[in-house]
Amino acid sequence: MNGMLAIYLREMLILRKRFLRQLASMSVSPLLYLVAFGFGMGRGLTVGSRSYLEFLIPGLVAMNSMIQAFAIGSEINIARFYWHIFEEFQAAPITNISYVAGEVVAGVTRALFSVVLIIAIAALSGVTLSYNLYFWIAVLLNSFVFASLAVGLAMLVKSHSDQALLSNFFITPMAFLGGTFFPIAQMPPWAQRILFFLPLTHASKAIRAAAFGERPQLLSFLVLATLGVALFIFAFLSVRRSME
Amino acid sequence: MIRFENLYKKYNRIEALRGVSLEVPQGELFAYLGPNGSGKTTTIKILTGLAVPTAGNAWLNGFHTGKDSLQAKRQCGVVPQNVNLDSELTVCENLNLHGRLFQMERKERARRIGEVLEYVELADRVDSPVKVLSGGLKRRVMIARALMHSPRILFLDEPTVGLDPAIRRRIWSLVKNIQKSGATIFLTTHYIEEAEFLADRVAFLDDGKIVALDSPQNLMNSMGVWALDRIVEGSMETLYFGDRDEANNHIAEFKADFSLRRVNLEDVFISRTGRKVLP
Repeated sequence: MNGMLAIYLREMLILRKRFLRQLASMSVSPLLYLVAFGFGMGRGLTVGSRSYLEFLIPGLVAMNSMIQAFAIGSEINIARFYWHIFEEFQAAPITNISYVAGEVVAGVTRALFSVVLIIAIAALSGVTLSYNLYFWIAVLLNSFVFASLAVGLAMLVKSHSDQALLSNFFITPMAFLGGTFFPIAQMPPWAQRILFFLPLTHASKAIRAAAFGERPQLLSFLVLATLGVALFIFAFLSVRRSME
Repeated sequence: MIRFENLYKKYNRIEALRGVSLEVPQGELFAYLGPNGSGKTTTIKILTGLAVPTAGNAWLNGFHTGKDSLQAKRQCGVVPQNVNLDSELTVCENLNLHGRLFQMERKERARRIGEVLEYVELADRVDSPVKVLSGGLKRRVMIARALMHSPRILFLDEPTVGLDPAIRRRIWSLVKNIQKSGATIFLTTHYIEEAEFLADRVAFLDDGKIVALDSPQNLMNSMGVWALDRIVEGSMETLYFGDRDEANNHIAEFKADFSLRRVNLEDVFISRTGRKVLP
């Protein structure tokens, strides 16, 4: 527990030092998507009984929490390859599971910051949604899944460029195909079957349902929770594998 | 006490260590010498839990580095070859993080930060961001950090590499003082004079194997006292003599340039391996 706290507090200290820069960087992409898709392209459009802007904001919450949780991988990467601080963690009497837990919780915290930011932007745009318990559980599970994935992959990559490559392979396709910008139901059935296996599909579905005041499907929570646990175990095993 | 038996480490097809065994008693300052790639850093990585040996065992104060890894890690402080401080944090924040990683209480951390910075003469730099410090100051912060949890064993991996001579000597005095406090020090270096000045005993590592092990003085005595370097047909040749008169008798025969000097540890290394210590 102490080891986990040490790792977590270090990440938070770094985050605090860069808070304004980080806040600005966290808000750039959701703001751009909101302006381009919400106010520009989507003005006057409706999805079901909702305006496109109302449809888009929960999707942005899912997407941005994914991106920010996954970004913990870049922090680990910098600590490993640039600052070599990972060696300090490895030489300390802390268990691998404490290390993974500290980094994953740090990733989840970053994701939560970004969600609060989007909620604030949505409020300023005049969009009111329901941020109930289901909403936050879905956000937490989504962040847990991607922070765990990021920690696992960050332990396996051999360089900074590998890390960027992984973002291109995992995150960018998911951001566009995971139900952020359009309903999955509009896709052909074969595509829907494939997209069912993307965690972001379930996250945006659950977050959107909760934000609209509906009860999300239990299946989405189960998929996210199972994936989260599996990826946490993957992260743990990757730390062991990262030892020379 | 540091003990390892038949340590063997293979990276893909490269054999970094080939069955190395050694015992360093409590309180000794031990120097582990060898050229780059000889296996010095690999040994330290295995001993400090950063690498797993392909075969063999190691113990730190009786704790097995694999089976009792957390206990073994508590025994030692590590100053690695690369500067691995958190550059975005201050000196104090770096030390505090180390204290947290070693489960030190808040009051204990605050007390030790003051003590170790005083010890390395950096008390006035407590709130300096690490990124503004010079290379020499960063090394001293790393030593302070390694001492935070009062380890009984200190691993110093090339602690003075890249530093100017004045700062190197300052770090040597610091290392000697740490030894006086009762710590066992395991030092790797390829600066021969560093080992000569600091070490109680020295091991020469070459191509993953220990090729010589003794006190610096005994190793040098085994070669002679005086060394005569001369160029013969374009390559350097060194002759060793037990006393100066014997060396002078040879000098009288030379027509070419020569230099007469005292035997050093590098002579020992070259005689055992046929190679120079420096990369």
